[in-house]
Amino acid sequence: MLSKRIIICLDVREGKTTKGIEFKGNIDIGDPVAMAAQYYAQGVDELVFYDITASSDKRDIIIDVVKGVAKEIFIPFSVGGGIRSLDDMHRVLAAGAEKISINTAAVQDPDLIYRGARAFGSQCIVLGMDAKRVEKTPATPSGYEVYIHGGRTPVEMDAIQWAKRAQGLGAGEICLNSIDADGTNTGYELTLTSLVSGAVSIPVIASGGAGEPRHLYDVFKSSGADAALIASMVHYQRYTVPQIKEYLSQNGIPVRTFI
Amino acid sequence: MIAIIDYGAGNLTSVARALRHIGVACRITKRHDEILASERVIFPGVGAAGEAMEVIRREGLDGVIRETIGQEKPFLGICLGAQIILGESEEDNGTPCLGIIPGRAKRFRGTDIKIPHMGWNDISVTSAHPVLQGVDARAQFYFVHSYYPAPEKQEDIIATTGYGVSFASVIGHENVIATQFHLEKSGRHGLQILENFCSWNGRV
Repeated sequence: MLSKRIIICLDVREGKTTKGIEFKGNIDIGDPVAMAAQYYAQGVDELVFYDITASSDKRDIIIDVVKGVAKEIFIPFSVGGGIRSLDDMHRVLAAGAEKISINTAAVQDPDLIYRGARAFGSQCIVLGMDAKRVEKTPATPSGYEVYIHGGRTPVEMDAIQWAKRAQGLGAGEICLNSIDADGTNTGYELTLTSLVSGAVSIPVIASGGAGEPRHLYDVFKSSGADAALIASMVHYQRYTVPQIKEYLSQNGIPVRTFI
Repeated sequence: MIAIIDYGAGNLTSVARALRHIGVACRITKRHDEILASERVIFPGVGAAGEAMEVIRREGLDGVIRETIGQEKPFLGICLGAQIILGESEEDNGTPCLGIIPGRAKRFRGTDIKIPHMGWNDISVTSAHPVLQGVDARAQFYFVHSYYPAPEKQEDIIATTGYGVSFASVIGHENVIATQFHLEKSGRHGLQILENFCSWNGRV
């Protein structure tokens, strides 16, 4: 049976893993290559690296990180942040990433999804989406609005409509981050995840809010998510990947436990 | 030396890195003489069947692949490589493929499954094969595909996987073996199959 995937997210700033709270302050927590190797050994199913390096002249550092990671781990990993062109995508894939995640650039230039999928295959193109609960309006009938620039800028687009459109353009997967839940450690946004997962036929990764294994159980059990993104619950050694998978497995969620 | 056939597919370097990790020398190449002189051949691939077949024909690689298989050299297809060794694919409105193993690549259908089939899934070995030797029955492998191999002959099916339907996730015939899942992205069990392939003499 297809397993539900546990994906660890590492935010990388100038070559160091960092963790922010609600898109605000950040603290460095380690070397991404060493952390990737450790999580690989623990049996994580996939990794995501988000390059949150602010200055563009330091963007190339992420390519070295990708190359270092690709030598150490033999599971899929994706890279997001600062990818704006086919050339950027090519560089990241050639360095060893399996997939590319695009967020702000896809909103500003939706055709980038189509061009990326045509050039590298849909399986390479992950739509990253930051969504926030808002009043239902004609522009946001689902009550969830898309934000860009790391969750700072609303764009008056409906999250569900954007997910469907991205699928039509060739996105192979959607990584759906709830701005409301992110950094709270109180659980995923189940309503948002259900709505998006029910609206598209491509896999959906739930993101934002995971604080304990129970939260992953909830999102897999009731929202249709295919994968769940986690960060601080493992970065701060509150839980290990085997502990999380053991909990899920005992509660009837299919996960990969034989590493 | 192992030749990894270069036809512009995306995951060639991942396969090369995995081989390097297990200490096996390889070369990514589309040169006919290098492919024919190699000890064994890997035919990886991601992307669409139509475009892949176009490049393969343009580069004259179809003939080289047939010739190298005729030399009884161990030959490994991965992902798209497991589909375009079949007779045809439903992808891109029907794509004639290499016809090394009779059968076709079919598209997943159904509203109760997400397409692509993406993630870690089991395999169930239906016919013991040297390349799968020592692989634990609990091991899972990483898949990402919307089409799956459907060989005509039962005897060419080595292992199956369930996803809406039960499909052939490992196929093989004589010195040819192919996995729909990504050996280079399936952790230590994927690396083990790669290692097995690297010491296989091509006989079953």
